[in-house]
Amino acid sequence: MSDSHGHSHPHGQPHPFQPDIEDSALTHHQLLQLAVGELLMEKGIFTGDEFRRTLEDIDSRNPGDGARVVARAWVDAEFKKRLLADTAAAAAELGVDAGTIPIMTVENTPQIHNAIVCTLCSCYPRLLLGLPPDWYKSRAYRSRVVREPRAVLAEFGTTIPEDTEVRVHDSTAELRYMVLPMRPEGTEGMSEDELAKLVTRDCMVGVTLPDNPSN
Amino acid sequence: MSGPRFPVGAPVRIRRAWPPGHVRAPWYLRGRSGAICHIIGEFGNPEEMAYGRYDGPKLMLYRVRFRQVDVWPDYAGPPQDTLQVEVYENWLEAAGEEAA
Repeated sequence: MSDSHGHSHPHGQPHPFQPDIEDSALTHHQLLQLAVGELLMEKGIFTGDEFRRTLEDIDSRNPGDGARVVARAWVDAEFKKRLLADTAAAAAELGVDAGTIPIMTVENTPQIHNAIVCTLCSCYPRLLLGLPPDWYKSRAYRSRVVREPRAVLAEFGTTIPEDTEVRVHDSTAELRYMVLPMRPEGTEGMSEDELAKLVTRDCMVGVTLPDNPSN
Repeated sequence: MSGPRFPVGAPVRIRRAWPPGHVRAPWYLRGRSGAICHIIGEFGNPEEMAYGRYDGPKLMLYRVRFRQVDVWPDYAGPPQDTLQVEVYENWLEAAGEEAA
């Protein structure tokens, strides 16, 4: 092997490098955000450590919390009713703080398949599901899933029967949405913890379905 | 505070208007007809709050159900597919009975 680098690039020229974060200029809004944050700290509205802790808390949220809520709804019909009526209160029963922005849980049934988008920006139930994936924020997903939802779902490997209603929720305003998927067949003997492992982030956005464990 | 202008099931149309500013009524639904499916409640007007004005009257917020075939004339999926979208009352007008 003549190229001991394991990759090829013309020698005698500068080595290509991965750009650092600082290599692209700050946008107007990034500068504004930094300036406002620094002002609020200078004025004593919050401390740098409080700011850091809040960011750390938001970054630590993950779809596992939503998955526990879904698994409980699968095994406890009364909990499911409470979840559909008041998602934050039901999540609190499991020790999950879903925040103050109201979340609406929409239930998949044999007749209805729900999918979530925010066409205006990237509204997402972050405290229940963690930060949204990059594709959720992409213009392609946001513009296409309201226009040709079945084609978009098919690209995620999800085929919805032709006689099912595909219901796309565009979270344009005050609510955030979580999909309650249908419990897969063949899971009758599974524990709540085992069920929660079947519930992925994408199931709760509605672009895929929980795995059937017999597959 | 007055109650909601539109009851659940009422046929409504999103106003065909294109004002500047922080508007939450999606562009692709302007002029499209659907039906109220859920009255959410009253909230501050984001078009005012975006400019620091928090004292104005609150607006009723609804969820409106649209048939995909009414939103996209060339919609490729089956006729029962729908969109459900949150819309503030200032963007809604009564639509004819032909709406879904």
